[in-house]
Amino acid sequence: MTAQFAAVLRNRISLIWLVLVVATLISWWIGAYDAANPHLGTAVVLIVAFFKARLVGLYFMELRDAPLPLRLLLEGYCLIVCMTLLVMYFTSGSH
Amino acid sequence: MEFSPVSSPTSAPLTEHLSADGTQTQPRRTTHIPGEVGTWVFILGDMAVFALLFGVFIYYRGKEPALYAASQLEVHRGFGAINTLLLLTGSLFVAAAVQAIRSQIRRIAQVAIGVALVCGAEFLLNKILEWTDLVANGHVPAGNNFFMYFFMLTGLHAFHLLVGLGILVAMFALSRKPSLSKGQFAFFEGGACFWHMVDLIWVVLFALLYLVHS
Repeated sequence: MTAQFAAVLRNRISLIWLVLVVATLISWWIGAYDAANPHLGTAVVLIVAFFKARLVGLYFMELRDAPLPLRLLLEGYCLIVCMTLLVMYFTSGSH
Repeated sequence: MEFSPVSSPTSAPLTEHLSADGTQTQPRRTTHIPGEVGTWVFILGDMAVFALLFGVFIYYRGKEPALYAASQLEVHRGFGAINTLLLLTGSLFVAAAVQAIRSQIRRIAQVAIGVALVCGAEFLLNKILEWTDLVANGHVPAGNNFFMYFFMLTGLHAFHLLVGLGILVAMFALSRKPSLSKGQFAFFEGGACFWHMVDLIWVVLFALLYLVHS
């Protein structure tokens, strides 16, 4: 069973998981050291978060293989929500 | 009608079936909607509601940046980060379970869903510990706007996670059946996507609530 389990995990989704874990650790590190440039840090953290959300959608939800309109809904969601939040952050008193 | 996603139920074609796209052994995939269209109306609707709440949080953060920054120092980034890793790992195993069901290796699917259930339960336990610690230190939802949104957003997400755990239990029961009908297989795929949505929303909430700085 161990060999079969390894076979199930030995593919692209495990690599994507690794990328997501590394991205999480980088975000955590950036979030912990806010003194240097908090505004740039916030922008990076938000962009990384939606990059991660996109990977979850494309590879875990398998929308990479979905009909184009469904895939575009995910891509549009990540892009539009991320951009909107960044604009709101930089145009309000948040920064 | 019984549904067999993979023509040969033996483990022999597993490697070929599970190979990464682009290798010569993998036939070109046709497009496929995981689950059913109705599932996606629900998932995308839920994601839209959360998108609005993300915007509301950032908007009100802009009204009281100093208060939000000071309050954010009271929440534990470690809880947020470890919970993110737990959900990502749960998602990996749910995705593996879908592949195992397609390849008709049900035992692997059961173990994978079991691991995801443990990850989800551990997330919830951490969340309860975090909430308890915050309340014990006087940081209650009525305390200020940051904590009101913090408890509201994490509470709403935790409710989705609870629903997701229930769906995982149903998927575990399905994975014990010798074969799945087309509808049951669609439920399995759709349930997996709901679980991934809970993961996707948390990834953004972790950044918004724990990492965004003023």
